[in-house]
Amino acid sequence: MSDHPMVKAEQVCKSFGHVEVLKGIDLEIAPREVLCIIGPSGSGKSTFLRCINHLEDVDAGKLWVDGELVGYRERGGKLHEMKERDVAAQRREIGMVFQRFNLFPHMTALENVMVAPVKVKGEKKSVVHERAMDLLKQVGLGDRGGAYPSMLSGGQQQRVAIARALAMQPKLMLFDEPTSALDPELVGDVLEVMRQLAESGMTMVVVTHEMGFAREVGDSLVFMDGGVVVEAGPPREVITNPQHKRTQAFLSKVL
Amino acid sequence: MTEPTGQARPEPIKAVPVRHPGRWVGIVVVAILTAMFLHMLLTNDAFQWQFMFDNMFSEPVLKGAWTTLWVTVVAMILGVVIGVIIAVMRLSPNPVISSAAFAYTWFFRAVPRVVLLVLFGNLGILYAEVGFGLPFGEQLLGLFGLEGSGQIFGVDANKILSGLVAGLLGLSLSEGAYMGEIVRAGIQSIDPGQAEAAQALGMGRGLTMQRIVLPQAMRVIVPPTGNETIAMLKDTALLAFVPVTNELFFQLQAIGSRTFQVFPMLVAACLWYLSMTSVLMVGQYFLEKRFARGVQGRAKEKLLKATVPTGAGIE
Ligand SMILES: Nc1ncnc2c1ncn2[C@@H]1O[C@H](COP(=O)(O)OP(=O)(O)O)[C@@H](O)[C@H]1O
Ligand SMILES: [Mg+2]
Repeated sequence: MSDHPMVKAEQVCKSFGHVEVLKGIDLEIAPREVLCIIGPSGSGKSTFLRCINHLEDVDAGKLWVDGELVGYRERGGKLHEMKERDVAAQRREIGMVFQRFNLFPHMTALENVMVAPVKVKGEKKSVVHERAMDLLKQVGLGDRGGAYPSMLSGGQQQRVAIARALAMQPKLMLFDEPTSALDPELVGDVLEVMRQLAESGMTMVVVTHEMGFAREVGDSLVFMDGGVVVEAGPPREVITNPQHKRTQAFLSKVL
Repeated sequence: MTEPTGQARPEPIKAVPVRHPGRWVGIVVVAILTAMFLHMLLTNDAFQWQFMFDNMFSEPVLKGAWTTLWVTVVAMILGVVIGVIIAVMRLSPNPVISSAAFAYTWFFRAVPRVVLLVLFGNLGILYAEVGFGLPFGEQLLGLFGLEGSGQIFGVDANKILSGLVAGLLGLSLSEGAYMGEIVRAGIQSIDPGQAEAAQALGMGRGLTMQRIVLPQAMRVIVPPTGNETIAMLKDTALLAFVPVTNELFFQLQAIGSRTFQVFPMLVAACLWYLSMTSVLMVGQYFLEKRFARGVQGRAKEKLLKATVPTGAGIE
């Protein structure tokens, strides 16, 4: 195992106009670790996830993924913005799953899973096809590869979205409230897929309101509020014995 | 399913339907007007049906119809290509590029097509010669004390910009401006989450546009493009102003004025444009069906064969 953390954030700050959304986030995520992030709406959880794969650029502070600075290159003590092509290359290694799935509606489930490895990595179609079918089976949709997203339930769509991200064989997976848009009875299947993924050793950052999942599957838990990390630690400790008032107040609402 | 016990099915409703006297009046009025119109078509001598049919398929007319058709197709293809480029430029974060696209659209939408075509027909006045070489070649070489034009090769402008090419250029550039707006509307109708998901998978901006955004935007783009194509078919009649004369309407009119049978040839023009437009509408129908893939209610689950790699959408 490598000695550096999979993700390292150092005083990450981000503003939109005059609104300071992230006010100095410090975090480390080890390889194979599952980190869950909880916190009230608007606390900057999504923004932080989006910074990790450079969908937003950071205003101040530094972010490393697998030892590489995200979006910039350090040369002669100066930061140089990366070219679009290099940013894209960094993103290939990071899978992302969105709250609203964002499947490509004009492609079947199988095509959704295959498009990036074929078009971005230039892998052979037959190889990708086999892997895509395996992934669909893995998320419990081996027989629905020919279905368009509009024909699938929310839970099925989200599982296809997970398979699509995994098809790029990422070393890190980001989940932004993956079950928040789902009907309650569909949440379980998605969480089960994520639990298996965690067991297989994937490094994961999961923004979620599913406290059960955070407690059972998470290796560590971070509570964010107002753009800062208020409290972090092993999930059971944070959930059962929160140290900060704000954490206590939040947990009393969601538990 | 079982029926609730102890209750018989309620009887189906038998109600007196609402009367629509207005509809009957409408039908009678329309029927009378249609009959009058047909009567006029058949009895008025000015139509000269036999003469019209004899002439509307004469050789120069057929050649003109062919020109009209291929100019429409080529001008639309060029227009769509220009439109996509202009739309993508317009949405670029680079302000210079997006302003350039805006200026293009502003100019080519402002100038009437007739004026544009006459203008292009006369471009030979502006440039006697069209050449490829150093920009400002003469001046640059002058700076270094050399003589020459810096031109690698040149052609007589009147040859390149002869009639048809000038006309095609005018129509395509004008169409590009309209198509640019249509494509932009299409692109902007797509949820930004789509581009974001594509980027998160490591796709660059070009690939995202080509594979994810544009194919979905097509559903919004195709219907107004059908309109544009039909408008273009009719605007090819303006080629006469360039002047290009082997075009459908000019040829029909020419027969009309030569034989002093103007009216039948105008009717022939209507029939020609009607039938060509109908053909284009069939094309539009199939295009719309093609890009409705994945839309609720339209989609059919694709059958996957175990052995053959499908993923057919990923050519
Ligand atoms: N692109 C953006 N432009 C302006 N404000 C934004 C943008 N994205 C997020 N914000 C603001 O940043 C704050 C944090 O948002 P977000 O990271 O989505 O919070 P969370 O995911 O924790 O609910 C919110 O107040 C939101 O309105
Ligand atoms: Mg969020």
